[in-house]
Amino acid sequence: MATIEMKNIVKKYGDGFPAVNDVSIDVADGEFLILVGPSGCGKSTLLRMIVGLEDISGGDMVIGGKRVNDLAPRDRNLSMVFQNYALYPHLSVYENIAFPLRLQKRPEKEIDEKVREASKTLDLDEHLERKPANLSGGQRQRVAMGRAIVRQADAFLFDEPLSNLDAKLRGQMRTEIARLQKKLGITTVYVTHDQTEAMTLGDRVAVMKRGILQQLATPRELYEQPANLFVAGFIGSPPMNFLPATVENGQVTLPFGTFPLPAPKAKATEGKGLLMAGIRPEHFEDVSVIGDDSVDAARTFEATIDVREWLGDQQYAYVPYEAEPQVQDQLRELAREADGDSLRTQLVVSLDAASTGEDGEHTRLFIDTDRMHLFDPSSGENLTVGL
Amino acid sequence: MALTGKNKDRVQRGGMVLGVALVLGWCLLPVVWIISLSFKSQAAVTNGSPGFFPSSGGGAGWDNYRDLLFDDQYAQFRRSILNSIGISLIATILSVAIATLAAYAIARLDFKGKKFVLTTALVIAMFPVVSLVGPLFDMWRTIGLYDTWPGLIIPYMSFTLPLAIWTLSAFFREIPWEMEQAAQVDGATQWQAFRKVIVPLAAPGVFTAAILTFFFAWNDFVFGISLTSTEAARPIPASLSFFVGNDPFNRPASLLAAGAVVATVPIVILVLFFQRKIVAGLTAGAVKG
Repeated sequence: MATIEMKNIVKKYGDGFPAVNDVSIDVADGEFLILVGPSGCGKSTLLRMIVGLEDISGGDMVIGGKRVNDLAPRDRNLSMVFQNYALYPHLSVYENIAFPLRLQKRPEKEIDEKVREASKTLDLDEHLERKPANLSGGQRQRVAMGRAIVRQADAFLFDEPLSNLDAKLRGQMRTEIARLQKKLGITTVYVTHDQTEAMTLGDRVAVMKRGILQQLATPRELYEQPANLFVAGFIGSPPMNFLPATVENGQVTLPFGTFPLPAPKAKATEGKGLLMAGIRPEHFEDVSVIGDDSVDAARTFEATIDVREWLGDQQYAYVPYEAEPQVQDQLRELAREADGDSLRTQLVVSLDAASTGEDGEHTRLFIDTDRMHLFDPSSGENLTVGL
Repeated sequence: MALTGKNKDRVQRGGMVLGVALVLGWCLLPVVWIISLSFKSQAAVTNGSPGFFPSSGGGAGWDNYRDLLFDDQYAQFRRSILNSIGISLIATILSVAIATLAAYAIARLDFKGKKFVLTTALVIAMFPVVSLVGPLFDMWRTIGLYDTWPGLIIPYMSFTLPLAIWTLSAFFREIPWEMEQAAQVDGATQWQAFRKVIVPLAAPGVFTAAILTFFFAWNDFVFGISLTSTEAARPIPASLSFFVGNDPFNRPASLLAAGAVVATVPIVILVLFFQRKIVAGLTAGAVKG
């Protein structure tokens, strides 16, 4: 049990490139913190600095009130689950789990008790005598976790533990990890690039990009109040729509028309020239589904839906629009940063499953400008946080 | 006439069996012939007895072996067996131990002169053995290593180290680095991680290197004959060349054959023993593959 405090952590490699740049995060005792970001954002490097496998170029790493910058991994009393499990192939499952205890030279009886307890928790009882080579991916994953939980570590560190599993198993193991962490109540830092894992597992999520911490917040806050364009585009699937916008006289002008904007948002953004509006797919709706009378007509527009994807419980519709080249470039840049790829400027809207219509038909859509965010296009900063 | 699938299969399998038999015959014939010779009497060999099995009255039974192992005349040979085993084993153990540490450093650490170490090792491996014999002879006599066990162990070690280092560093590179990091996070010191995780995983490599080293030391003749003068350190290959018997113009071929068989047995045992250890794919299951 311990807190983990990262103070202005910097990691510079030989060529001077900062893989992690001035990151400060406090992880409370028992908290489940997620480090998320596109590949190469420094999240794994940061985790490896916590555990001591990577030297820290600058800043302080404080675990349980003790500065550990210069301590070897074995002196930090943390346990880690590696992306590729890193099981010891020459040892049986039992010995793999017992390995940390054997190193501590615990009495045989205690080792046996603890290993059995861990194997029971992880449902590994029938595999104890087998070698890792004969186990399935999910079983290996559980052995790796067994090795982590068997000793009284101050914190768990996970480095993309589920990325090697297939989709179904990943879902199961995700729940398993969440349950285990709640049960043991141990401080946990979990690295992932999967935003589902990030949103469902974490008490708090730290979003990183190119070694810089973008936002540290609860999953809900990240989703509803993203601090900048990157976080807004990275969190959520399908991603948030970004549209060129200008705000004047309490009205926002988008490529589809001009809509009234709530006063606080309008006040914060008025007269700032071309902005980037961000609005999530689910904040659109088909007017015919809601019923005409309950809709504010000023906040509806005619759209040409070129493709509909009906998923049963909802459907995604795609509305192409024309944008100036300058805006297009910026959208493409955003998509690239978030590990995605945008081929065309289009609006993705999530409609009620009951909405019907032929592809290419005109449909009247409602846009919930209350939930719209407006970003400064040059700095990427969200101008409407909390408004 | 076209062959049907089944017939084609049969032909293929027949060809395979024939091929394997040919290769086996080619490799094993000399060995079998030596064994056959060792059971013939001296007279039968001198008279010319070309049959594989000794002709009637020409068989010696175990006589040759009995002479070799128990007759006082051949006490030197028995001593040379001990020399060979001792020298080869010590050279192997030292060479593999040093090579393991060196190879680990080369595979894992970044240090100045790493390339230099590797190329030097390669250069030494390519050095013709014969060209070193003369200088070594002089040096060893001055230092007092001539005709001693260390006098042979040192050259054997230096000539087998390069090969062992190259083999082992290749093996170490194959081992995922995460293994070691996992061990360190689990609470192991670097030495413990090396001993408890890396070495067991590299075991096939270690045994391969050990066998190669042992072969070199066991089979060496040049150093064995030039750097020794008495039974104090003379190994088997050199000792065999001193088998003259009573008549210098008529060498005891069957005794020599028996000696050769005796010299081969330890190697065969060793290979059979270590073969079990050289299991490929020992790292399977370590990481998601």
